Amino acid sequence: MTVTATAGAELRLSGLVKRYGGAAAVQHVDLDVASGEFLTLLGPSGSGKTTTLSMVAGFTTPSEGSVVCDGAEITSVPPHKRGLGMVFQNYSLFPHLTVRENVEFPLRQRGVPKAERTARALAALELVELHTRAQAKPGQLSGGQQQRVALARALVFEPRLLLMDEPFGALDRALRERLQLELRRLHRELGITVVFVTHDQEEVLTLSDRIAVFNEGRIEQVGTPEELYEHPATLFVARFIGESNAVAGETIGGEFVGAAGVRLTAHGVADGPAVAIVRPERVRVLPAGPRRPSAN
Amino acid sequence: MNEPTRIRLPLRIWAAVAALLLVAPTLVVIPLSFSDKRSFAFPIEGWSLQWYEKFFTDQRWLSSLGTSLWIALVVAVIATALGTLAALGLRGLRARLAATAQITMMLPILVPGIVAAIAIFGMYLRWGLSGSPLGLVLAHLALALPFVLIPVGTALRGLDETLVRAAAVLGAGPVARFVQVQLPILLPGIVTGFIFAFVTSLDEVVVAYFLQSPTVRTLPVQMYSSVTVETDPSIAAASTLLLVLSTLIILIPRLVQVVRERRAAKQLGDVA
Repeated sequence: MTVTATAGAELRLSGLVKRYGGAAAVQHVDLDVASGEFLTLLGPSGSGKTTTLSMVAGFTTPSEGSVVCDGAEITSVPPHKRGLGMVFQNYSLFPHLTVRENVEFPLRQRGVPKAERTARALAALELVELHTRAQAKPGQLSGGQQQRVALARALVFEPRLLLMDEPFGALDRALRERLQLELRRLHRELGITVVFVTHDQEEVLTLSDRIAVFNEGRIEQVGTPEELYEHPATLFVARFIGESNAVAGETIGGEFVGAAGVRLTAHGVADGPAVAIVRPERVRVLPAGPRRPSAN
Repeated sequence: MNEPTRIRLPLRIWAAVAALLLVAPTLVVIPLSFSDKRSFAFPIEGWSLQWYEKFFTDQRWLSSLGTSLWIALVVAVIATALGTLAALGLRGLRARLAATAQITMMLPILVPGIVAAIAIFGMYLRWGLSGSPLGLVLAHLALALPFVLIPVGTALRGLDETLVRAAAVLGAGPVARFVQVQLPILLPGIVTGFIFAFVTSLDEVVVAYFLQSPTVRTLPVQMYSSVTVETDPSIAAASTLLLVLSTLIILIPRLVQVVRERRAAKQLGDVA
């Protein structure tokens, strides 16, 4: 296989702001992505995650802040000079080119000679198990196949950073899970840095090293799936990640008093209205048997 | 399977009748052009190629055919380039401005031909453009531009903007994006536009009549003059040639498409 492991790029977003007219789509986003990391931007639609990705890709110019890749400031570098791989939600394969020509496209832009181009394209297609369909037109492939071609096309020139914009959003559940596994494997094999955008919290938990939860143009919390689940920093994160039961109440002097007389210790929470989050799997229901004499 | 057939047969007959009514008057010139009499009389008693011989030996007919062809070609090339750029440019404008610009460019097909012809003639007299090839090319350009704008605009609406973004992020600069992605996808629309522009100029008679001069006289103008002063069946030969030419040109994209589909189908067959 000629697609070899490369050290993933390091990405640093500092103070990113994007305003459209008066409204800010992204408000002061700081984010560090380590080399080889799989980082997901998670949030509801309109939360700023796609705009943030678009600023990394270079389609959108930030109003403020900077994008630094491997120590080089690329905030105002046009997309075609950033050397990033990218996969879009709607596949975005060129309909007039064959599958192989689609995968060759980024190599052609880089002046790779014809023979090498073809060999590398076929190798990349092998990686996604579609080398037998090299001569087909994208329109003759299923959605899942098209997205795998798009993935091969994004990886063939060995970029060190791969951006994925809701890549599996248009696929059915079974296919999505298969492609997630495939992506996970590729990520491990290639050592590439991946920034992945989605609003599907299930997808996030299986794929990501770390997750940045977006809400209203800001990052609410960045952390591993476990951290977000076990120690959500905000109510929004707690509700967005995993199933939870919310009990409304009030904290008074380090104690939470909720509906139906629920009382919990709440150290470090300011007095006032509060919500207690209870993960359903942490609740155990036991039969209410007669009291045993020894229990006194 | 019975029901569709029952509906289909009357529909087919209806379509055939409608097509015949539309096309028949035009087709009459074909037998007329092979008549051996110096008249447009039916039925035709004897057959002859004399009118074609006359057409291809008479300097007036030949030079007007030449004029028509080169003017149509120049108009089609320029209109295609300008119309394609205009369609691309319109997409970059804000909605209201784009609508205004589009309507302005479409005006030539909304204004009655004779009104446009008189207006153009009046302005050209003042500018000294009347009777010059440049004048006719410019006038036909205005008339042909909408016919490029419409198909290219339609093709452009079908062009997904993320394709251009994908090309950019994969390393294609602005020129490569246009040549390797936008242009091939828009090509069917552009070719259609070119053909319509060519045929629009080739067929146009009103403006060309006003702007004619001894050196700039297109085939339709020559035909019109010929039919008003004499009953020369050469005009039937000229009509037949024009008809065949226009039909062929308009059929080219369809033929190309059929050939391509056959080839694609064959490829698929080979794989399977």
